[in-house]
Amino acid sequence: MRRNRAYRTYSDYVGSRLLGLLENLRGMGALLLITATVAVTKFKTAKQVVHPLVRQQMRRAGFQLLPMVCFLAFALGMVVIGQTVMILNRFGAQNYIGTVMVTVVVRELGPILAAMLVLARVGTANVVELGTARACGEVEALEALGIDPIHYLVVPRVAGMALAIYSLTVYFILFALLSGFLFTFLEGIPLLPGQYFQQLADSLIWQDFVLLALKTICFGTFIAIVTCFEGLAQPLALEGVSRATGKAVAKCVVGVVLLDALFIIVYLVV
Amino acid sequence: MENSQSNGPVLEAVGVGISSALPRRVKIIGVDWTVRPGEFWVVGGANGSGKTDLLMTVAGLHRAAAGTVRLFGRAVTEMTEAEISRQRGRLGFVFKGGGRMFTDLTVAENVALALCYHRNCALEQVREEVHELLERIELAPFALQTAQTLGSDWQQRVGLARALALKPEALLLDEPGAGLEARHRQWWKDYLTRLAGGNSSEGSRLTIIVTTNEFAPWRGGNRRYALIEHGHWRVLAESAKDLEIE
Repeated sequence: MRRNRAYRTYSDYVGSRLLGLLENLRGMGALLLITATVAVTKFKTAKQVVHPLVRQQMRRAGFQLLPMVCFLAFALGMVVIGQTVMILNRFGAQNYIGTVMVTVVVRELGPILAAMLVLARVGTANVVELGTARACGEVEALEALGIDPIHYLVVPRVAGMALAIYSLTVYFILFALLSGFLFTFLEGIPLLPGQYFQQLADSLIWQDFVLLALKTICFGTFIAIVTCFEGLAQPLALEGVSRATGKAVAKCVVGVVLLDALFIIVYLVV
Repeated sequence: MENSQSNGPVLEAVGVGISSALPRRVKIIGVDWTVRPGEFWVVGGANGSGKTDLLMTVAGLHRAAAGTVRLFGRAVTEMTEAEISRQRGRLGFVFKGGGRMFTDLTVAENVALALCYHRNCALEQVREEVHELLERIELAPFALQTAQTLGSDWQQRVGLARALALKPEALLLDEPGAGLEARHRQWWKDYLTRLAGGNSSEGSRLTIIVTTNEFAPWRGGNRRYALIEHGHWRVLAESAKDLEIE
């Protein structure tokens, strides 16, 4: 049962929330470091058991979400990108189409939407699965068998999600750019495929590829760590699982947006 | 996982305090207990007295609230995670109420998981070994079913098969007969007696610790008894002969 704590002053309340936030950040940071250590030190341990789990997570967070990502990319490409191209064309700013596409789709829309989709479909399932496993004592059962729960449960999820969000983002970008061009073609805007793709190629710099990979891997790692932390890191009762899921989603959304803002600064610097 | 028999105590508890995980509060104080190889211990106590927490603590799964727990002669607090994990492989743990199965795995996969993990091999490579174990525990017909589709009587046996897969030196069982049909209860009693006597297919004699809320079904044989009462630990008798069971 949740207890409502009585605060004497508003600053008590703010201070308490701030301490709670710091405690959470410390916990998630610790889980991230432990996971990284386990992933490196136990890379060769139980490969035949853990590596198939990584592939399973990639299938779940990546391959199974591909149709959804393609649909979303196609729809957004038509609606958002197509219209942007039309407006630019109306003002005779066709030369900026490539720059706008790269900025909007490659740097921002692609990674964020892929991350949100994976959070909604797989991140929430992670919290429920791990929270239930924790509440039902499956984690202790693993420990009793000498199996490291971080190695068996967390490492595959982190690796799977990080790689899946990266792959989905690439597919999202390709589909969005293609469907955007399809829209301009259907609208009869005088833009040849060669011109369109030349503009895109001219606008892309090598840092875009590096930062895209870094950003999506960061999003995937962050979502996986937060969802695993909420599911595993505290002794939950079954009735606490739904609340933990809600908390994890809120933290992931805020965290992903903050990480995105951090990458905007990096883009501005490079 | 290595399985080296030794002559020292399997586990020792010195002035140990046992606390529950949720909510965190001390449930038993002053546990002084030594379990030697080959002994069969029956630990009694009412529901909620802390029997599960006691087993978890002496197995190194929970941290003791006070005192020292030694597994195979080494204090748990002095061991690294890797060492604790290695020592846990020498203990088999059977959880109560269905044995805490991995619900998305089949019965065979549940039993094979620890073998595959510690030997770094695929299920195919241990299939024969797992099948033999399932045969012994009469689970072979259910090998390909997911564990959650079985009744709790059979799930409990999957828990036993899973615990025996790594060929442990000691077996800790949390209320193995509780809530089971009479024939299953009898099977557990007979099988554990055979395991303790070393005349089952498992080979050498196993050290066994069983918790229960009634001693009567566990009378007989050369067993030792202890009781958890009002948060205190008490060794009752050296053997069944010394114990007057109501």
